[in-house]
Amino acid sequence: MSPTSTPTGSTDAAALRAAMGLGGTDNAALRTFLDGLPAVDPVGVEARATQLATRSIKKDTKRALIDLAISMVDLTTLEGADTPGKVRNLCRKAVQPDREVAGTPSTAAVCVYPDMVAVAAEAVAGTGVKVASVATAFPAGRSSLEVKLADTRLAVEAGADEVDMVIDRGAFLAGDYATVFEQVVAVKEACGDARLKVILETGELATYDHVRRASWLALLAGGDFIKTSTGKIAPAATLPVTHVMLQAVRDLFDLTGVQRAVKPAGGIRTTKDAIAYLVAVHEVAGPQWLDPHWFRFGASGVVNDLLLQRRTQTQGHYSGPRYVSVD
Amino acid sequence: MDLTYAPALESAALAGIKPRYQLFLDGAFVDGGGDDLTSVNPATGETLTTVSTASAADVDRAVAAARRAYDGPWSRMGGAERGKYLFRIARAIAERSRELAVAETLDNGKPIRETRDFDVPTAAQHFFHHAGWADKLGHLGLGPAPRPLGVAGQVIPWNFPLLMAAWKIAPALAAGNTVVLKPAETTPVTALILAEILADADLPPGVVNILPGAGDVGSAIVNHDGVDKVAFTGSTPVGKRIQSELAGTGKKLTLELGGKGANIVFADAAIDQAVEGIVSGIFFNQGQVCCAGSRLLVQESVAEEVVEKLKRRIETLRVGEPLDKNTDVGALNSQMQYDKVTGLVEVGAQEGAGVWTSSCTLPQKGWFVAPTVFTDATASMRVAREEIFGPVLTTLTFRTPEEALAKANNTPYGLSAGVWTEKGSRAMGMAAGLKAGVVWDNTFNKFDPTASFGGYGESGFGREGGTAGMAAYLDTDDEGAF
Repeated sequence: MSPTSTPTGSTDAAALRAAMGLGGTDNAALRTFLDGLPAVDPVGVEARATQLATRSIKKDTKRALIDLAISMVDLTTLEGADTPGKVRNLCRKAVQPDREVAGTPSTAAVCVYPDMVAVAAEAVAGTGVKVASVATAFPAGRSSLEVKLADTRLAVEAGADEVDMVIDRGAFLAGDYATVFEQVVAVKEACGDARLKVILETGELATYDHVRRASWLALLAGGDFIKTSTGKIAPAATLPVTHVMLQAVRDLFDLTGVQRAVKPAGGIRTTKDAIAYLVAVHEVAGPQWLDPHWFRFGASGVVNDLLLQRRTQTQGHYSGPRYVSVD
Repeated sequence: MDLTYAPALESAALAGIKPRYQLFLDGAFVDGGGDDLTSVNPATGETLTTVSTASAADVDRAVAAARRAYDGPWSRMGGAERGKYLFRIARAIAERSRELAVAETLDNGKPIRETRDFDVPTAAQHFFHHAGWADKLGHLGLGPAPRPLGVAGQVIPWNFPLLMAAWKIAPALAAGNTVVLKPAETTPVTALILAEILADADLPPGVVNILPGAGDVGSAIVNHDGVDKVAFTGSTPVGKRIQSELAGTGKKLTLELGGKGANIVFADAAIDQAVEGIVSGIFFNQGQVCCAGSRLLVQESVAEEVVEKLKRRIETLRVGEPLDKNTDVGALNSQMQYDKVTGLVEVGAQEGAGVWTSSCTLPQKGWFVAPTVFTDATASMRVAREEIFGPVLTTLTFRTPEEALAKANNTPYGLSAGVWTEKGSRAMGMAAGLKAGVVWDNTFNKFDPTASFGGYGESGFGREGGTAGMAAYLDTDDEGAF
């Protein structure tokens, strides 16, 4: 297997599996492949993540990364109390995060529940901001495939550009990789043209070895993104877990030339956090992932800190949280 | 997005480098009788400072002062009191850590990330650890009341100037000895800042004397009749000479010399972390580490994959200005070291060892060498046998655990080794068979004052750190103890 030249996110999943030498999609074949992946040493990956987080990002680099981070945010509200008004506020924020400072980029997307997709799609129409929707009995994923597919179709038909699905962690932990695989394939098909983010819920997978296997499982089943968490389980995204997932998309790229995206979600609250993630993207996956198409942050709170730090960089002084809007 | 990191320079002024440094002798800072030496910043080649050096007469005075301090307050002082001094020194190192880190980077050429995160905190840690032993000598397992040896003559290298001073001074003082120490000719500054810390700690005069100078000063110290114990860290040829000079004198000797450490990667290893371990094993401190993992032994079935991943990882190493907080690999310490390393790289190329070099751009001035890997080396080549002491990795392959063991042990040295495998029984089996003083399992270049460090064969003898390290500074032949 040698790397080919043109990266693409849309290569047919079946061709990808053939390129990776996956013999079939039953449990036996999937176990042979996934359990045969190199292990992840927890001490080593955590030490590397800690060391990379000490990179000192200053001046022009900091300004550029703050703008990039804003443009990578999936601005999210996933509450039982969500209302059309709340979603419209969020959309305004996504399109123009800081109306007082010129040149502030829009976020990548807004992320809502399926029943709010229509409201969001109308609010961001024509702005370039995407609408992402969680689906598949989010966040637990404990329902039938029929319900999950119906949930997905609801979101897509209401205008979602991106679908964030959850994997069946119970099946994964029981070693039933085939069930997880089939569900990702089916949801991907139901997505049509929408990009599919596969949430691994790494906080429930518990080990880095599981994270690596689940990452490959999701990629080989056709997921466009691998995403850490729902945000409903602690721990959500961590730097070492994101390292493992960035390594997986890098390995896939090196072996097949196919590029896929990564989205850490939950727990990213400050500009410093966001920059530590972007340094990891740069040094683990590579510079070609420093693009909102290939890397996203699932977060809500981090945007205001990014805006404050952006103002600090441009105005020379810190203003304070009361000077940016809470939506 | 093409991302370049803006420079993030630590301020050189933080080091407060003085125009001139003096000897620390009998509790006072004095001029020595030797010719001044100039210490150079390896990243620029420019003079950093001037340092007074010791003459043979200064060595006599220092040994006499150390003897007086030994007979007087120090060896009679209660262990708890000695411990208080060590705790005080440890705290002062921590308090002045930023200054020490910058000074070390300026004098040695190593990146600020390493001095800040490794050299200085580990030096403080050694004083903290040994402070605790001072009143517990009877619990070392060396008898109920082990006695100190007397005056310790210590000669340290330039690769970890402050840390090696801490490794030598802390156990010597904890055991009740006094010290005459010579820092390396090219890196005397942090040892003399440490002398300020010792003076500020009100350490009794003569307990520690620091005499900068070249090899002649070191030779005068180790051969001095008034010295009871010699500890040397440095090159194998000098260590051999010291051992022959000391034969029959009754002085207790420990030597920590060169190495050609094997880093062994099995096919079932956690490959990504093994690659990290290979990188830290050979590029930590520009490879100027006696226990560096300079020989990569990789199982043939994964050799291609490991070397490809390794190259990609090495390309991300940031080489250059050591004061930049984002620099991973700094400058070699001296012109001499630069010539030696580049000369051996040349030899490897001529031997057909397959040179691969990182595409990083090097600064215009200073002794920088790009990270280098020999990808097609064989066991008989010079680059696979000689210690290079630079950012140069030699890769060899093996097929079976027996072959890995045979190749790893096929060296006159025996300081360090690393084993990368997810199979615990294999790691334990390899550790038992490796003739190396330190064997790291799924990691490399990790140090802790509680773990004894030292070598076999031409890597020397005696241990530093842990209970064995304390034994090196105590009279362990005390029959009254048993």
